[in-house]
Amino acid sequence: MDKLLAAKSEPLWNTDKRIIFLISGLIVLLFALPHFGLNSFYLHLMIMIFMHAVMAQSWNVIAGFSGQISLGHGAFFGIGAYATSFLYVQYGISPWIGIFVGIILSGFAAILIGIPMLRLSGHYFAIATLLIGISFQIIFQRWEWVGAASGVWVPMTSGDSWFALQFHSSKMPYYYIFLVFFIITFFLVWILSRSKLGYRLRAVRDDPQAALSLCINVSNYKIIAYVISAMIMAPMGSLFAQYILIIDPDRVFNIEISIIVLLITVLGGIGNVWGPIVGAAILIPISEYSRIYLGGTGGAVDLILYGLILMLICIFRPEGLISFFPKNILERKKQR
Amino acid sequence: MKILSVENLSRSFGGIKANNDISFEVTEGTILGVIGPNGAGKSTLFDLITGYTKTDNGKVSFFDKDISGLSPDKISSLGIGRTFQKLKPFADQTLLENVMIGSFVKEDNIKKARDKALEIIDFVDLIEKRHHFARELSTGQRKRLEMARAMAIEPKLLLMDEVTGGVDQKTIPSLVELIKKLKKSGVTIITIEHNINIIMEISDNILALDQGKRIAYGTPKEIQKNEEVIDSYLGTVDAT
Repeated sequence: MDKLLAAKSEPLWNTDKRIIFLISGLIVLLFALPHFGLNSFYLHLMIMIFMHAVMAQSWNVIAGFSGQISLGHGAFFGIGAYATSFLYVQYGISPWIGIFVGIILSGFAAILIGIPMLRLSGHYFAIATLLIGISFQIIFQRWEWVGAASGVWVPMTSGDSWFALQFHSSKMPYYYIFLVFFIITFFLVWILSRSKLGYRLRAVRDDPQAALSLCINVSNYKIIAYVISAMIMAPMGSLFAQYILIIDPDRVFNIEISIIVLLITVLGGIGNVWGPIVGAAILIPISEYSRIYLGGTGGAVDLILYGLILMLICIFRPEGLISFFPKNILERKKQR
Repeated sequence: MKILSVENLSRSFGGIKANNDISFEVTEGTILGVIGPNGAGKSTLFDLITGYTKTDNGKVSFFDKDISGLSPDKISSLGIGRTFQKLKPFADQTLLENVMIGSFVKEDNIKKARDKALEIIDFVDLIEKRHHFARELSTGQRKRLEMARAMAIEPKLLLMDEVTGGVDQKTIPSLVELIKKLKKSGVTIITIEHNINIIMEISDNILALDQGKRIAYGTPKEIQKNEEVIDSYLGTVDAT
């Protein structure tokens, strides 16, 4: 009985102060970083890390939490990109509203795709999403209303504009916008992982049959995870479109987007809120630097490097790069 | 009061009649033991009652409500818990998390769900292992985990598939005590058991199956004397 009382008096979560310091320190550092004289390239690098970390976090929700391997997540990135650009170019609607439209459209698309597709299990779901991702690209290539293969060109404003979400004098505003989305997403997924929903999604991932015996409607929970995941992905497409101002189906519905989020998450650590961040922080610089030093011919070298790292990780660290960090800080509390 | 009634339940796989016209009733607050040789259709019967396998024919009623054809999650929501013969713990989660997933059924608040899970873990006598991952637990401990997890949904009826199977001899008495304790707490239990001494000890009634058919139903004493059961399952002791 005493043991029970002792167990009940334990804090619910790992209240290790180090983790609070780590997170607050990181946030302060990231907010202060541009003021240390980061040049345009480093700002770009950080923006790409934030963006890919959020995209990978999105993939982490469906694959890491609910166990469904989606190979077509680029579709939601593209929907987000098109929603903002198209609404702004056609109707003059601020991209800020476009971002929310993109989130909602992606959510609906995820429901429509998820209801039939999530009935498929394992490999079949993965293959089906791969084809869905590719078909989005093909549809947008032929859809005249949204610019078909030439895509949408967002007209440049004469100066910086918060309404049009365009900044030409410095990348700094983009840095902070991406950073805020990055932090919001981190906390959302953090909260999700500790919520009743998070527990139930992990149950669905670990053993759907057992989950059914605990009143969990497995299909519904898979769809919920898919929708949340899609809604996290969409704003990154929107912001990316505002960042480069030219979008076309080959760029925003590219299969590479679906693959890269998988690579980042698996390399960083799947099913762990820190995994996508660690993965993006290590892989995106590799990709950007290999492009710089190897020029046009280096287009695929980053992928070769990814492949190599992936092999090494699979062999030596199947839990991902996150496993190099002290377990008692980053993982759930365990006692022996 | 009748908690479960099974009428003319049948299910075939290919040409094999895994369950063939099985009928029985379970009274609230009792333990029904299900016995039979391998392949008698015991686990199929569990899958049919809990909705994991669709019935070809027949009807399952829970408190007089027809539940045949409902999905497993709906059936568990009504208050029918189960464990699995082939254990299905959430391997990458701790024992506490496993049980919490069950206690979330009746409790939305995380702290309350956690505390309730801890009480159940204490009930199954595994409190010290609460932060261990399920994959780190022994078979006997994982059986308790499954019982605890099923109890967490506060079932009125609990179906347990071979609780003592694959567990070392030393652990068995404590598992038997646990089943008795569960019954005392008011849960109605249907249990599949191969250990005939245990089934005789704990059951109020016994259902004997052979080749998918019901061959006997009655109290342990009646079953012990039933010739068909002796022939197909209990065997005879040669007096010579």
